[in-house]
Amino acid sequence: MRNLLSAADLSRDEAVEILDTAARLHAVQTREVKKLPPLRGRTVVNLFFEDSTRTRSSFEIAGKWLSADVINVSAKGSSVSKGESLRDTVLTVEAMGVDALVVRHHASGAVARIAQWVQCPVVNAGDGTHEHPTQALLDAYTLRGRLGELADRHVAIVGDIAHSRVARSNVLLLRTLGARVTLVGPPTLMPAGVTSWPCETSWDLDAVLSGKAFGDVDAVMMLRVQRERMNGGYFATEREYAIGYGLSPERLDLLGEQAPVLHPGPMNRGLEISTAAADGARSVVLDQVQAGVAVRMAVLYRLLAGPGEVAV
Amino acid sequence: MAERHPAPAVGTAILHAADVARIVDRIAHQIIENVAKGDFDAVLLGIPTRGVPLAHRLGKRIEVFAGVALPVGSLDITLYRDDLRTRGVRPLGQTQQPEGGINGRTVILVDDVLFSGRTCRAALDALIELGRPGTVQLATLVDRGHRELPIRADYVGKNIPTSRTQAVHVLLSEIDGTDEVIVEGS
Repeated sequence: MRNLLSAADLSRDEAVEILDTAARLHAVQTREVKKLPPLRGRTVVNLFFEDSTRTRSSFEIAGKWLSADVINVSAKGSSVSKGESLRDTVLTVEAMGVDALVVRHHASGAVARIAQWVQCPVVNAGDGTHEHPTQALLDAYTLRGRLGELADRHVAIVGDIAHSRVARSNVLLLRTLGARVTLVGPPTLMPAGVTSWPCETSWDLDAVLSGKAFGDVDAVMMLRVQRERMNGGYFATEREYAIGYGLSPERLDLLGEQAPVLHPGPMNRGLEISTAAADGARSVVLDQVQAGVAVRMAVLYRLLAGPGEVAV
Repeated sequence: MAERHPAPAVGTAILHAADVARIVDRIAHQIIENVAKGDFDAVLLGIPTRGVPLAHRLGKRIEVFAGVALPVGSLDITLYRDDLRTRGVRPLGQTQQPEGGINGRTVILVDDVLFSGRTCRAALDALIELGRPGTVQLATLVDRGHRELPIRADYVGKNIPTSRTQAVHVLLSEIDGTDEVIVEGS
C-alpha cells in the first residue's frame, strides 16, 4: 500500500489490519501524554482545495500524535488563487521535502492525478463526489465497535447518494468487509449507474428501515444534504425531503434497539436527521469523530512509519 | 496475537517444558525476595508477544508462593522500536495498564529473550510515557548475550551462549501449544 486513494485499494486483510491498528492507537486518546514516536522527523502536508474542519483537523491531530510535523495548506490565500496550476502547486509543495500529502479537492479524480505526479505517498481526504476512503474506514471502525464483525451485517445508507463520496467509499469498503449495503434516496439523488454497484437500492426509507424491503437493518448511515450542490431541482422543498428521507423519531422506532445511527457530519438538524436521532442513545456521531483520529493515525502509520514500499 | 504461529522451529531444544516451569518458579522466588521488602508494591509488565504469557505465569506462581497477587499488564513497544524504518511497520500489540497504574511502583518488565537490548530500550521509552515508575527491573527467560546497549537483566532464567547468526525461539503453550526453547543454526 503506497497511497490511499480509494476504498477499493484495500484488500480485506489490509482493511482489517488498519482497523486493528486503529483500535490499538485509539488508546492514546485516553493517555496523559498523547504522543507516540513512529513518525518523528516526518513531514505531512494537508493540502486542502476545499473547505473542511473535521477531516483536516482530524488528520492534523493524527499526524501530530504520531510525532510527524503537520503543515496545513489551504487553497484560499495560497498561490492557487493567483492562478498557479494544480500540478505546479503540488510539485512546489513536494519539493520542500514533504513525506506525505493528504489532499482534498473539489474535482473527482484530482487526488489520483496528483499521486501520479509526486513521489511521496498520497492520501485522499475527499475528491469531489468520488471517494473519501478514511471516512469509510472510520465508519467501519465505529460499526465494528458497536456490532462486532461486519460480515453479513446490513447497513442502510440514506440520502443524497449522487453527490456523496462518503456513500461510494462506504459501499466499497463495507462490501470488502463482507457487509450488505442498501442505498436509500430519492431517484433524483441516485447516481447514474448505481444499479451496477454491489448493493441494493430503494426509494422507500420506511420499507428499508422496517426490514420489509431487504431484511432487518443493523445500522443506518444518514448523509448530509449538501445544500451547496442543491441547485438542480433535486427535490421540491426541504420540507418534502425531510418528510420522505429524514430520520424522524417515528422512523427511529422502526430500527432495532441496538442499531447505531451514523452521520458523517456536519448535520442539518431537522432536514436529514431529527434531534431525537442525532442525540439519542443510538447515535454514534461523536464516536465517529473519535474513530476518525484513530483510523487516520493507523493510515499514516501504515504509509509512513516503514521504509517506503510496505509489504503486506 | 495467538493466531500468528511461527513456522515450526528446527534446531536443538535447549529447554523442555519441565525446565521452563522450574525456571519460572525460580524467577518467581527471586522476585518475591526482592519485592517483599517493598511490601509487594510491584507490577509485572509483559512485552508482547511472549513476554505477556510469561508475566501472567510469574504472577500466578508468585501468588502461589507468597499469597500476593501482583497486578499484571502488557506493554507494546512496536511504536518505539528503532528499526521501524529499516525493517518495516508491523502490527501493534496490546498495551494494558496494570491495575493501579505504574506510578511510584516497582515495574518488572518481562520478556522471553534478551539479545541486543534494543527491545528493552524501547520498552523503557514506552514506559515513561505511561507514567513514572519507582524502579524498573527486567526479567527474561533466556539471555543469549550480544548486547548492543548498556542493559542487563535483574532476573535471568538461563544464560545460553550463542553466536550472532543463531536464532533462539521460545515456544510457550499459551501461544505455540508447547513449552520449549530451541536454538537454530550454528
